[in-house]
Amino acid sequence: MSEKYISRSTAIAARLLGNEMMIMSAVDSTFFTLDEVATVIWQAADGKTPLSQIAIRICEQFDVDHQRAERDAEQFIDELAKHGILLLSDKPAINSSTQQER
Amino acid sequence: MDLLAEMNQKALDLGVPISVHLDVTYRCNERCVHCYLDHNDHGEMTTAEIKDILSQMADAGVFFLTLSGGEVLMRRDFFEIVEYATGLSFNIRIKTNGVMIHEKEAQRLRELGVEQIQISVYSHRPEVHDAITKLPGSLKRTLAAIRFLKSQELQVTIANVLMTPNLSDNAGVMALAKELGVQYTLDPTITPMMDGGRSVLALRAPASEIKKTFRNEALVGDVEKYCAPPPIPDSETMEEHPCSAGHTGCYVSPYGDIFPCVQFPLPSGNLRTQKFLDIWRNSSQLKEVRSIRTKDLPTCSTCSHAGTCTRCPGLAYMEGNMRGPSTADCEKSFLRTGIPSANMIRQLRSNASLVQIQAQ
Repeated sequence: MSEKYISRSTAIAARLLGNEMMIMSAVDSTFFTLDEVATVIWQAADGKTPLSQIAIRICEQFDVDHQRAERDAEQFIDELAKHGILLLSDKPAINSSTQQER
Repeated sequence: MDLLAEMNQKALDLGVPISVHLDVTYRCNERCVHCYLDHNDHGEMTTAEIKDILSQMADAGVFFLTLSGGEVLMRRDFFEIVEYATGLSFNIRIKTNGVMIHEKEAQRLRELGVEQIQISVYSHRPEVHDAITKLPGSLKRTLAAIRFLKSQELQVTIANVLMTPNLSDNAGVMALAKELGVQYTLDPTITPMMDGGRSVLALRAPASEIKKTFRNEALVGDVEKYCAPPPIPDSETMEEHPCSAGHTGCYVSPYGDIFPCVQFPLPSGNLRTQKFLDIWRNSSQLKEVRSIRTKDLPTCSTCSHAGTCTRCPGLAYMEGNMRGPSTADCEKSFLRTGIPSANMIRQLRSNASLVQIQAQ
């Protein structure tokens, strides 16, 4: 199975509020909040870390099995990709996102 | 409660400044007759200073960043500032007159992920708009800018101000907004000058015109609901704070001064001598603003409009008392519902007793 890589769109605003990540698309003003697991995925979406590695991080931090972590992550990524918030690729990015984490 | 309102409540609970309005300059290429600003440069923050405070704001949790002025594009480093803000993942909204926006600038704003652009248009007729801005040809240039921005699929809102020089043009500007495929807002608020001057208040629209806008379905939606008598204020209403000013948001001037809101000129600290978070957490002025609940407002707590009035504490402050009524909002509540505010009744009574004394 080929690896998947995810990166954040540059047309996205994001900020951690308490333990939730707020996200807003500049394209259509869609507003999301991410729970703790989704926030880990978001923060790891640097275009270089393969999805399988991200799933391992989730397993380590949230005590879930790898298969479920990967399945949930894929669902989450598909949803955000539909809104253009996350970008999916089967190759790692050459340049990572210029946006800084906060 | 929708998601955005939930996040605002969470920011309030956590003491996070979720939104900041930053004026990057007071300089402007227009001289609008109703403007409250002094357009001279008294020592604006440098590019480096602005970048530093943006970093501090991002660390403090600021999410919504409104960049305004003056005219933002009067700063040659404006795109550098926006690019830096984009890198810090702010949700960026810009207020401009659009006069300096052409195809290249519109494209750059799109690339930088700006979410919304608000542009002032006061009339669909050049002779009226240009007389208000005092810049010949400004309407033509502003409308061209809107078309450039739309061609980049940016979200644009036309902001109109209802005042005596453009009383009959609201419908025309609304139709223009529809034709251009942009949002439209109309505000009847004219604010006193920053130096306290009140001459601009003569431009305030007469009551009859404000009343008309409150009964315009295209502007307010369900007129019956919007103009309904206010529900009797309950104990929950008495515990509410007046608005987000100083609670989840604040205003920063081009000189680094912090105020609770752009319309609330209570000096609360300066970013050239203090850190953003220090001011946000420890300013005695912001603490005072935050301490005020509806029950603490001597007149407004007795008013039937207490739960629904758009009372602006900044306008009240400019009238002399941040705990007092904002007369302009009292009038709006009255014009909307036909029910006089406690402040209006109090004034009527005091006038009546004066007449009585005179009669004796």
